[in-house]
Amino acid sequence: MNSLVSRFSTTGPIAELRKAKEVLGDDDEFSDAVWGSEAGFGSLANGVPKFSIPQVPDPSAFLRLHTDDHSDPSCRIKIKHGTTTLAFRFQGGVIVAVDSRASAGSYVASGTVKKVIEINPYLLGTMAGGAADCQYWETYLGIQCRLHELRNRERISVAAASKYLSNLVYSYKGMGLSMGTMICGWDKTGPAVFYVDSDGTRLKGDLFSVGSGSTFAYGVLDQGYRWDLTDEEAQELGRRSIYAAGHRDAYSGNTINLYHVKEDGWKFIGNYDVSKMHYEGPNGVGYGYDIRTEGRSSANPPATQ
Amino acid sequence: MPDGSFSHPQQRSFNPYTENGGTILAIAGADFTVIAGDTRQSEGYSIQTRYAPKVFRLTDRAVLAVNGFAADGNMFVKKVKQRLEWYRHAHAKDMPLRAIARLIQTMLYAQRFFPYYVYNILGGIEEDGTGAVYSFDPVGSYEREACRAAGAAQSLVQPFLDNQIYFKNQQAAPGQSHPLHLPLSDVLSIVIDSFTSATERHIEVGDGLEMYVVLAKGRSAQGLEGGRGVQELTTRTDGDRVFVIRRELKKD
Repeated sequence: MNSLVSRFSTTGPIAELRKAKEVLGDDDEFSDAVWGSEAGFGSLANGVPKFSIPQVPDPSAFLRLHTDDHSDPSCRIKIKHGTTTLAFRFQGGVIVAVDSRASAGSYVASGTVKKVIEINPYLLGTMAGGAADCQYWETYLGIQCRLHELRNRERISVAAASKYLSNLVYSYKGMGLSMGTMICGWDKTGPAVFYVDSDGTRLKGDLFSVGSGSTFAYGVLDQGYRWDLTDEEAQELGRRSIYAAGHRDAYSGNTINLYHVKEDGWKFIGNYDVSKMHYEGPNGVGYGYDIRTEGRSSANPPATQ
Repeated sequence: MPDGSFSHPQQRSFNPYTENGGTILAIAGADFTVIAGDTRQSEGYSIQTRYAPKVFRLTDRAVLAVNGFAADGNMFVKKVKQRLEWYRHAHAKDMPLRAIARLIQTMLYAQRFFPYYVYNILGGIEEDGTGAVYSFDPVGSYEREACRAAGAAQSLVQPFLDNQIYFKNQQAAPGQSHPLHLPLSDVLSIVIDSFTSATERHIEVGDGLEMYVVLAKGRSAQGLEGGRGVQELTTRTDGDRVFVIRRELKKD
């Protein structure tokens, strides 16, 4: 009874606190969780977090005006673009390979970006489009996958995880999110790859490549792909495909990150410098075609000692 | 027109952002981090003030540098400090650096549809005692790095840092290898050179330089204490320590 009265009374400490919250809480809605052990993560554990929206008739037009660097290169907030990512399924699991370049306009903003997001030990997500969108929502997906494990006493399937993400980004459709991602992993059904993007597309498949360099990667990938690739052959195909994109696409390059997903979870295979791959390759033989043209014509005289 | 009608179509837009120039930079060492920024604040070709700090101490082991739109930056720092104080009251300790980094991500992303026009660089000491730098984009994507420059002179300073810190395009002498981490005195020289050079070639950089140095617990402050323009911001000498070194930059 007392609690019921205090909840609706207009005097007393609880009402005062409520009034103070109304006055202070102009845009931020903080729950009591920020005081306790959730330490700010309460907003993530309790459903979809809240976003503040500009008070204008068309908020997404506002966002586009200030952030879209394709239609207006002089806009202030540059969102990083340009990428090559790929993932494919084969007899030995899933190979995930990505480049590491982030460009803002023609400036190389970073050459060390981690475009593979380690959602949990069995799930990987790739990053293309908005770096923050991918990083944030795939981390958020990781939280939801862990909650699924705790509630159901079994790991989430790749299909379910990817559908969770696609439904989530679909609920923001038209608001300006930009992500093209592949959710890769191993579940009861074996190796699985799903393509999910911010339009709401979700596709199951054996082989995908996403980003500005994807056409170059597909060229190498399609001609070298077989189901019964050995682990070494598959890793080499992933590495060689990203190299091709790094070589021909100005918005891709710097280094290659290679992952292999097997039955017992994903494993990081290595980081490879694209320029080093051109001249030396992974084991002394460069990917560049200099070695195949040198000394073959007068235009390519033999290297002098 | 007084009656509210116009002969031509009118379009209005909400323009809440401006760019206030300046540059920030951070470099991580083995057991220290340097976070620096110039103190000029400008809009267009006019200098608004010659002393507007862009680098802020958050805790005894974390320093945040903000660059871009100054109003957004100051408000963002204020809100981060508030959340860190709440954490201190709840847990009776300072938030670890990697947790501050994630907190900054979620705070920036909460404004995904109305972004803070701010580039953040967080520097400090990790729980394992190593120096760390985290850099952010305006909507919260972040990465741990060894060094990063941001702001107006980013494209002038970052290539210099790549060369001097990562030894990019440098060949080590035969039988030798590049050092993994540089000593503090070398890093401070690189920071000062970066800003004097950026001041020469960029109109929005100059006036003053503030370099925050975060030292890991147990590391000697040799060469810092009592130095020219050096001030210690921490009161205890048995934990991580924060110093600030102030220098003048050209004012034209």
